[in-house]
Amino acid sequence: MKDYEVIIGLEVHAELSTNTKIYCNCTTEFGADPNTHCCPICTGMPGTLPVLNEKVVEYAVKAGLATNCEISRFSKQDRKNYFYPDLPKAYQISQYDLPLCEHGKLEITVGEGENKYKKEIGITRIHIEEDAGKLIHDAYTGDTLVDMNRCAVPLIEIVSEPDIRSADEAIAYMQTLKSILEYLEVCDCKMQEGSLRCDVNLSVRPVGQKEFGTRTETKNLNSFRAIHNSIEFETKRQIEELENGGTIYQETRRFDDAKGIGYSMRTKEDAHDYRYFPEPDLAPIVLSDNYINEIKNSLPEMPHIKKDRYIAEYSLPEYDAEQLTASKYVAKFFEDTNAICHNPKSVSNWIMSDLFRMMNEKEIEITECKISSQDLAKLIELIDKGTISSKIAKQVFEEMFETGKNPEVIVKEKGLVQISDENAIKEMVERVVENNPQSVVDFKAGKDRALGFLVGQIMKETKGKANPQIVNKLLIEILNK
Amino acid sequence: MSVSKEDVKHIAKLSKLYLSEDELEKYTKDLSSIVDFANELSSIHVDGVKPTAHILDIKNVFRKDERQKSYDREEILKNAPLKEAGCINVPKVVE
Repeated sequence: MKDYEVIIGLEVHAELSTNTKIYCNCTTEFGADPNTHCCPICTGMPGTLPVLNEKVVEYAVKAGLATNCEISRFSKQDRKNYFYPDLPKAYQISQYDLPLCEHGKLEITVGEGENKYKKEIGITRIHIEEDAGKLIHDAYTGDTLVDMNRCAVPLIEIVSEPDIRSADEAIAYMQTLKSILEYLEVCDCKMQEGSLRCDVNLSVRPVGQKEFGTRTETKNLNSFRAIHNSIEFETKRQIEELENGGTIYQETRRFDDAKGIGYSMRTKEDAHDYRYFPEPDLAPIVLSDNYINEIKNSLPEMPHIKKDRYIAEYSLPEYDAEQLTASKYVAKFFEDTNAICHNPKSVSNWIMSDLFRMMNEKEIEITECKISSQDLAKLIELIDKGTISSKIAKQVFEEMFETGKNPEVIVKEKGLVQISDENAIKEMVERVVENNPQSVVDFKAGKDRALGFLVGQIMKETKGKANPQIVNKLLIEILNK
Repeated sequence: MSVSKEDVKHIAKLSKLYLSEDELEKYTKDLSSIVDFANELSSIHVDGVKPTAHILDIKNVFRKDERQKSYDREEILKNAPLKEAGCINVPKVVE
């Protein structure tokens, strides 16, 4: 078999987190009863006039600047015509030849450890457009129901150059983009709610061949896993097809993540011919240098800059800094916590180990966690002051994660305060030594395990609350007497 | 003829229209004469003329991002021939 190279370009759709839709004053809020966020404009009634939401332009320009795009001084909107029940006007207002942003690029980091490398992915364009409604397919009756709440929710479409060469690069690109959009607060990036989704354009070619192969487009992938799996699936499918003497057809495909297979939706023969033309109901968008500069100056600290600052300011390892800054919400949680307890290394460790582990187990985001930054800071202070041992702290943390309770309350309720009183510990140590003469003999015979056993006995008796440093110190003192 | 029968078939398909053979003949002729008429514009020299993005001399017509009450669902769905569960019921679109 020949060696193949895979060529990938992504089209990412991000719903903008504006209050209202792109051309009317209906709310963009997710999850309401069907058809309750609708008006004559967003449901395409004849005779209505759309008026562009100014925030949509601002948010798109923000995204463009953060991805190193040139911002168009003159831009317009166009009609993209097609029939589908989720599109009541039978055209989508989008941008065709004069998008708001063009010629950007994004640096991504792929892989881990020794295999880690950086790469630049070109961004062809970013344009504004409206989302379509939602179709609900009733499996029982076979009916298709239309919910128009999502109609005309503002979107930006971010189109990459065909610079991506693997599923891992595609994921790194998506993660970088997601992180930037979150930092900018232009999109909530909830992939499970469809506010960030992507279409994968993919072709393969034998290594060394100059021309691109025929590409397919897999639409509407809304999780990192689905993007990754669909790329692996489609790459394999195309290579096998070619190796078996077959042909790749330019087609639109879907990927069923549950089953792990992709299938063809429509081939080029009935491919869409969108008949784009300038939208006569909407005025051109003309942006001044002043407007663009003002937005440029208002941009927040971007993740890669923040990462460098964490390394310099908090002396965190690069890996930790990268993990903490990948999500704006995690970074905020880190900074808020550290502002109270001033122990960056400890805050970082708690977030990266226990918090991330429990978030993964529960499959929740940091914004859904019950632990507040104040409470985590309190927990760290309790350890730093020696009120509880770090071992007990793990137990307290688990309860905080489950219940959202204040750590001081948990420590008090469960009586978990660390015993650091030397006299009290000394008494216990003496008793345990007295009750375990064999271990004392073993210890004196040079068996280190005996020491561990005795420490264990003391910890058992105090339910782990005895200060381990003091226990160790006193035990050795008494044994060596 | 500036418009072929195949063109008309294609446009009909995009428009979800089903034309009989007679209608196909008729529309091929009608559309051809419309396109011929419009093509007279091509004889005008437009070198150095900027494309028109909008017929009116306007720009930057924006709205503030402020919520207003949406319509009642009954009102929005009033024209729908078939309704179910607060939605418009349409012919099945997927297999």
